[in-house]
Amino acid sequence: MAKILAVDDSASMRQMVAFTLKSAGHEVVEAVDGKNALDIAKKQSFNLVITDVNMPNMDGLTLTKELRGLTNFKFTPILILTTEAGGDKKVQGKAAGATGWLVKPFNPEQLLSTIKRVLG
Amino acid sequence: MSIDLSQFKQTFIEESLEGLDIMESTLLNLDVGEADLEAINTIFRAAHSIKGGSGTFGFNDIASFTHVLETLLDQTRAGERDVTTPAIELLLASVDCLREMINALQDEGATYDEEQVASVQEKLEIMLNGDKESSTENTAEAGSTATDENSPTTASGWLIKFAPHPDMLRTGNDPVLMFRELEGLGSLEVSVDTEALPNFESLLAEDAYLSWEVRLTADVAKGQIEEIFSWVDDECELEITALISESTAAEEEHVVEPEPQAVNTDVKTTPEKKAAPAATKKVAKKRSTSTEATSIRVGTDKVDALINLVGELVITQSMLSQLGEEFDMSKIEKLRNGLAQLERNTREMQENVLRIRMLPISFSFNRFPRLVHDLTQKMGKKVDLKMSGEQTELDKTVMEKIGDPLVHLVRNALDHGIESPEERIAAGKDPVGTLLLNAYHKGGNIIIEISDDGAGINKQRVLEKAVENGIINSPDDISDDAQVFDLIFAAGFSTADVVSDVSGRGVGMDVVKKNIKALGGGIEITSQEGKGSTFSIRLPLTLAILDGQLVRVGEEVYIIPLISIVESLQIDKKAVNRLAGRSEVYRLRDDYISIIRLYNLFGAKPDSVDLEKGLLVVVEGDGQKVGLFVDDLLGQQQVVIKSLESNFKQVEGVSGATILGDGTVALIMDIGGLIDLSNTLQRDSSDGAVA
Repeated sequence: MAKILAVDDSASMRQMVAFTLKSAGHEVVEAVDGKNALDIAKKQSFNLVITDVNMPNMDGLTLTKELRGLTNFKFTPILILTTEAGGDKKVQGKAAGATGWLVKPFNPEQLLSTIKRVLG
Repeated sequence: MSIDLSQFKQTFIEESLEGLDIMESTLLNLDVGEADLEAINTIFRAAHSIKGGSGTFGFNDIASFTHVLETLLDQTRAGERDVTTPAIELLLASVDCLREMINALQDEGATYDEEQVASVQEKLEIMLNGDKESSTENTAEAGSTATDENSPTTASGWLIKFAPHPDMLRTGNDPVLMFRELEGLGSLEVSVDTEALPNFESLLAEDAYLSWEVRLTADVAKGQIEEIFSWVDDECELEITALISESTAAEEEHVVEPEPQAVNTDVKTTPEKKAAPAATKKVAKKRSTSTEATSIRVGTDKVDALINLVGELVITQSMLSQLGEEFDMSKIEKLRNGLAQLERNTREMQENVLRIRMLPISFSFNRFPRLVHDLTQKMGKKVDLKMSGEQTELDKTVMEKIGDPLVHLVRNALDHGIESPEERIAAGKDPVGTLLLNAYHKGGNIIIEISDDGAGINKQRVLEKAVENGIINSPDDISDDAQVFDLIFAAGFSTADVVSDVSGRGVGMDVVKKNIKALGGGIEITSQEGKGSTFSIRLPLTLAILDGQLVRVGEEVYIIPLISIVESLQIDKKAVNRLAGRSEVYRLRDDYISIIRLYNLFGAKPDSVDLEKGLLVVVEGDGQKVGLFVDDLLGQQQVVIKSLESNFKQVEGVSGATILGDGTVALIMDIGGLIDLSNTLQRDSSDGAVA
């Protein structure tokens, strides 16, 4: 089972993601924004990072860029959660180094099938 | 696996309401014409979160509403739109709508004013479409759930040529996982092309050099394969071509022209994840019966502190129980230490538990910027609202109960206090008035001040009005300012000549004072004509615990709130006078105070009725000083207040009861009530004497 860092400033979304992942047997560490996530990431490694894009203090794209600069996160899958239906955020996300994305709104089943794609 | 999304509803409601508060306060601070990017971002983020959450948790009407709002804000953020006064007003109206919609989620079956919401949503759409053709129909894209039934592109198999760009691995994508996913669709035949692989010296370990040719034998849509590669479509060369085989002809139902590059967009989505068809649901009209949310958000630091203390308590407990097992008198010192430690733990724990109920007063203050904004617009006044001490903490219950009185006082200050810009200019003042809300701790109390720099209170008019309304007989009855101002709080007093929409709402200042008194607090006014007024409210920090002075009357123990005690003294008989028709009074320096014999009020049996044998506790309540005659002073301690009403019934002169260390119950005196009670009793007895 994987160790996953879930980043979202919205408590309800964070709880939903964390609860779903834990129910599937994963270990989840939660972070409330990009800055918080980066602080955590500097101390531990993860198998996967799932992050919201729009967040105070540090957004998801900056976080992705920063994470890719850390040795431990060079190849770690990073998924961004985006509501933008347009490809704008996806392109920016890819440019920042994200592995893929999940479009909001999504349900727990979609979340699990998406992380299967990166965790195998 | 199915997960019940409703468990996240409460969190969603709380965070959304919080987000709306942020939106509102930021909107109120937004300067017209000047786009403060950070402020607009903050507003956008709040709307964005609400949209994301409402879509995820299936609140489609909210998602639909916020979608329009978000698009509008996104354009503003991108600088495509100016910040105008009508735009701000419309956004504020949207905040109100959303707040109502979210509050309606709180109760099962509660509804909101749909017409209002529809009308605001329409206005938003008009604003959005005014200069931009945007049919932003929600195009929620499904993750990986492309369904094959209605896919036109099927074949017996596919030939996939996949050549990643060198840096594809750097985004965490792994070709092996993609192949594994393909394998889930059908049988695979993979051949690798190592042509691009450089010799070892020039090989960069983090680059991708290999490319593959995959034969997938499966009856699947091209879209399903493309979906697997969707994350890397700009990081690789991908070519997917149909494999023609004999079996294709047999499958007649699926004979459709394969459309190159056509990703199936007609994705089936379950109602939960479909975010927002524009139609609003028709629900039976019913006003939301807003039940008060009883949950409380507590900072983790407070909880951590508590857990830490519980840990210490456990240590103390185990130490004491060990001591108890093999106790002898030589260990008495150790026992004392242990007990002292237990006392310290308990006290700290008590303080920390109480702190959990404490919230910063900003929770209450936060509604004022909007209130002041709306009211001043209505009244044509210009007011600058300043707040300080918002972080001052106060018990949640006290905070809830002080909300309405505060609103009333702020309305009053705006309506009667601060003058119109013209009057202010005529008086040589800044046309923009200032309203200051201030909160701070003082002793065991919190002080909340509402100050304005308006006209101040016209004492002459107050006196005239009071005489007119029969509150006093003649202006000469009252001499000092404080007493004059106090008249404002008398029932039936109102100085506004015309009852205005703003402050004349039936609730008078007498109710304000009553509510504050019910919380064990008080209110004072200072005012200077032409300069302004200050209403200062004093409230106890908590209603659950008070510092009490234990006093004894015969066998009974009573508790007097320490805060109302002025002094305690031994009675000098020469200073006691008996007034005709009234009871005994005591001359305390230049003051005369009535003596209340507690045993008379409560029917207790005292040690002695001789004043010189007991003590006089001078207390103050409702601005009046009296002396309570008791047998003895015991100790001071913090007592936990137990309500008499919930266990017995309300008793005049008693605010509650508590359980003492030895298990007996002691009544807690309500000084204000006690004074009233004794006045009534005296009047009755003197009436009786006359008759």
